Amino acid sequence: MIKIDRTFSHMEYIEGMDITSHDIMDKVLKYREEYDYSKYTAADVKRALAQDNLDIEGFKALLSPAAFPFLEEMAAKAKHVTCQHFGNSVTMFTPLYIANYCENHCVYCGFNCYNRIKRAKLTQEEIEAELKAIAESGLQDILILTGESRHMSDVEYIGEAVKTAAKYFKQVGLEVYPLNVDEYKYIHECGADYVCVYQETYNTDKYETLHLRGHKRIFPYRFNAQERAILGGMRLVSFGALLGLDDFRRDALATGLHAYFLQKKYPHAEISFSPPRLRPIINDDTVNPSDVHEPQLLQVMTAYRLFMPFAVITISTRERAGFRDNVIGLCATKISAGVSVGVGGHVEEEKGDEQFDISDPRSVEEVHQAILDHGCQPVYNDYIRV
Amino acid sequence: MNDKLIIGGHEFNSRFILGSGKFSLEKTNEVIKNGGVEIATLALRRANEGGSENILDYMPEGITLLPNTSGARNAEEAVRIARLARAVGCGDFVKIEVVHDSKYLLPDNYETVKATEILAKEGFIVMPYMYPDLNAARDMVNAGAAAVMPLAAPIGSNKGLATKDFIKILVDEIDVPIIVDAGIGRPSQACEAMEMGVDAIMANTAVATAADVGKMATAFRLAIEAGRLAYLAGLGRVLEYKGEASSPLTGFLRD
Repeated sequence: MIKIDRTFSHMEYIEGMDITSHDIMDKVLKYREEYDYSKYTAADVKRALAQDNLDIEGFKALLSPAAFPFLEEMAAKAKHVTCQHFGNSVTMFTPLYIANYCENHCVYCGFNCYNRIKRAKLTQEEIEAELKAIAESGLQDILILTGESRHMSDVEYIGEAVKTAAKYFKQVGLEVYPLNVDEYKYIHECGADYVCVYQETYNTDKYETLHLRGHKRIFPYRFNAQERAILGGMRLVSFGALLGLDDFRRDALATGLHAYFLQKKYPHAEISFSPPRLRPIINDDTVNPSDVHEPQLLQVMTAYRLFMPFAVITISTRERAGFRDNVIGLCATKISAGVSVGVGGHVEEEKGDEQFDISDPRSVEEVHQAILDHGCQPVYNDYIRV
Repeated sequence: MNDKLIIGGHEFNSRFILGSGKFSLEKTNEVIKNGGVEIATLALRRANEGGSENILDYMPEGITLLPNTSGARNAEEAVRIARLARAVGCGDFVKIEVVHDSKYLLPDNYETVKATEILAKEGFIVMPYMYPDLNAARDMVNAGAAAVMPLAAPIGSNKGLATKDFIKILVDEIDVPIIVDAGIGRPSQACEAMEMGVDAIMANTAVATAADVGKMATAFRLAIEAGRLAYLAGLGRVLEYKGEASSPLTGFLRD
């Protein structure tokens, strides 16, 4: 049994971490704490659905159990709003895991440092070969991922990978451990323009019990990653709680408000949501989503859409093809395709094990066709780097 | 009837400018044909030269491309995107969009004026998307704008002529074509804008969100033509207060 490393508090920064203002975090945590979703009624939900621009109170109503019987109405309104803002466009991308070494011990994650899996890190040559192979599929948007190990996958290593990615792709995103402002600035200069950081759960006490070791234990440093990314020049930042880790309604509220307050502080910041649910992982069959079933997930996604109509919503291969195909155009606007969540895997066999099991292994062409079949327009490029 | 829309010395018969990027690319031809469209905007960010689903591949022969600078957050970025558009063969027309608010996507008039000045000097036919402010419109015209494109309502909102009174001021005071862009949600609103003297309408969401985009393009063409004709015909007087008094209010002058 691994114990929590209590040599440092999860709410205090470690030396070397940039400290930014806690104004947004304090507000989000307060809203989360005070959110009593049992008090909302059908009348509150109807009022929320009648609003032109959903306010915070309306967002809370739509995330509550009282909104569940109104899922069809929420979906209809979400579809309309999505169409107004995005038309029928659905952007395609794929992730590339370049390393899976990790220094964190997150009890629910297949990459955690105590999980005995096959670890690997691609060389720059291997990265280029993978990128080339992916680019041949026609994709123009790539998300570069590593496990969270500064030691094994340092900023220079990531920067070099991003420089190579920028040669082959019009848009490069990053999903790595949280960085300082100057590091985000460096990676941005290398060619990346968007950053995904998952807070996992916004319940700080629960967060501590799930993140036993490593830099990830520091809740506020992770929370402020998007703000540091914006200060470092990144254009789009993505938010997500791993739904199912804790009370998903409260975590969904906190995720939405995290993005809302950040955009209010930095109006130019482009916002994206990813709504992952827990997936089974290698070597631990107790990790499984328990209360966030597809209808609940759809409730969260449509509530995000109505709260922030302009935000990108990404649907990953954690969900099955049938679900993914039906949420595009309805609330999701971005979809992954041709996905491998092991290290490498686009040129030859994966060199390292997967982070989680995927539920939709379809190729780029298959996802392209599915988008067309749903009356939507596949979009390979929606970005111009300036 | 010789009623041409003239922008930067180029003549057009159609006053319906089509936006793109919100409906299926395979419908582009049908929408353009039904709408009688001669100018179509496209976001350069959507161009995917040599790749899949490249919007440029779907634009029919003979259409005048109006690339926009969507994605630009300041004048400098808009200028760079405009130059890129010209470099990939989109021609000299450019619609300047400078937005640094991801929520409402409202244009930044100040940065737009700056971009207009730079691009007009480089020989572009500059059509700035703007918030309908008379001072900004004058600055844009002085900076070399070939037209101004005031918004009727927030983009994508389909709310119609929310800024009607301010657009009317531009119609009255600005000598380059006024093209209403953003917010027009239905043909009747397009018609109303044309009736009040606007020179052309740009629409995208209103067509893209229709159940039948081809049919809606036809509806917009007819509405825009009707509105234009009504403007040229001179609208009949619409009485604003009750009816005419049977005893004239000025009758006492003759007592």
